[in-house]
Amino acid sequence: MAEFFHMGGYALYVWSSIGITAVVLLLNVLLPLQKHREMLRRAADFHELEGGNHDTR
Amino acid sequence: MIKTEAAPSNSGLFKLWYHRMASPVWFYRISGKLLPWLWALFAVLLVTGLYGGLVTAPADYQQGDSFRIIYVHVPAAWLSMFVYMVMAVSGAIALIWRIKLAEMVLVSCAPIGASFTFIALVTGSLWGKPMWGTWWVWDARMTSELILLFLYLGVIGLYSAIEDKRMASRAVAILALVGIVNIPIIHYSVEWWNTLHQGATVTKFDKPSIHIDMLIPLLLMAGAFKVFFAISLLLRTRNELLERELPRKWVKQLVEENDG
Amino acid sequence: MTPVRKKRLWLILALVLGVGVSAALVLQAFNQNMMFYYSPKDIKAGQAPANHDFRVGGLVVAGTVKRDPSSLDVHFDVTDLTETVTVKYTGILPDLFREGQGIIARGRLLPDGVVEAAEVLAKHDENYMPPEVADSLPHKPAEEAQ
Repeated sequence: MAEFFHMGGYALYVWSSIGITAVVLLLNVLLPLQKHREMLRRAADFHELEGGNHDTR
Repeated sequence: MIKTEAAPSNSGLFKLWYHRMASPVWFYRISGKLLPWLWALFAVLLVTGLYGGLVTAPADYQQGDSFRIIYVHVPAAWLSMFVYMVMAVSGAIALIWRIKLAEMVLVSCAPIGASFTFIALVTGSLWGKPMWGTWWVWDARMTSELILLFLYLGVIGLYSAIEDKRMASRAVAILALVGIVNIPIIHYSVEWWNTLHQGATVTKFDKPSIHIDMLIPLLLMAGAFKVFFAISLLLRTRNELLERELPRKWVKQLVEENDG
Repeated sequence: MTPVRKKRLWLILALVLGVGVSAALVLQAFNQNMMFYYSPKDIKAGQAPANHDFRVGGLVVAGTVKRDPSSLDVHFDVTDLTETVTVKYTGILPDLFREGQGIIARGRLLPDGVVEAAEVLAKHDENYMPPEVADSLPHKPAEEAQ
């Protein structure tokens, strides 16, 4: 196991490559998901205001 | 196939498909159903690819374990070019047919492409330092990849700088199409010029010059990255769609469904 | 100036700057690539420039790598399989540097015909394989590719 993390002495290069890749890819889904929630909220606000008289039936 | 009276003819089917493809509601629903499957596929490819690349693949005869950077570097570099092609083709469709969905795909591609290009450059640098002895050289391969990053950033910047999003899409489409000359330059740079970067290993007409035990994880990782691109592209395009069509009735229905 | 025009102006400036930077980078790359690549044969024929940097490329000759035990000084011979030239260098060599490896050294030619390198880079080929497979090949791929 220790040998696996050691990467034949290239641990710094190999693991930082993988770490940076993971962070960048993670951001590429987290940011759009966050924006999606925001969009749905904005849509809800917008249509609530517009269709406010719905409640009176 | 069940024939009913209402069954559309072949050309009718095509028209239906064509309109549906361009229809925002349809795209939104279908992509929502597709996403969980894509996530599952991505997870399988990623886990097997990483395990194969980092654990079972043998160390390289010259580079030892440092060659394992290939499993993130090469898929990212391939995708950096592939995403650009998708972006440019969407740009052409947006310019010629004025399909809104193509505009949204176009602008959604740019940040993903920029991310892959960034990964390719940084991991290349992390590989170059121990092997070549330098973080960076101004050779044709690296310089053209850096220009690719600037092209993506240019697309992002230009789109955000123009207020009218339909006009912005058109401007960005032209920039994306002009920049496509850079793609063959990146690919053939290692042949056309005397670069420090070595030649192609897998993407050449000869048989790949990489041992099969090392090649399989590489292809799995490339598959994982490609599926990841599809996921990220769908997520971003859906957002773009919601943002542009916020006042429309289908969004209202969507919100009501979510509430209920 | 109206805000719209101001925005357009900035846009144009950004575009010009972007194109300019890209063009400069391309030229930079071309310059470095056009900085003549001399083989040991060219250097022996007296073609290498005497007063500015150039690059020499070739294979490290087996048995010629001599390291100074008390410093980082090292000298070795580089060959294009026709002629051989000696390179001396002070510094840490890349991990891939070894006998038989392809290298590219950037430096100046000294009067005694030795190249004083400011930088030594190792070039590897596009072949990847486990050591057992490399050993079983009749020719080492690294040498074959040069």
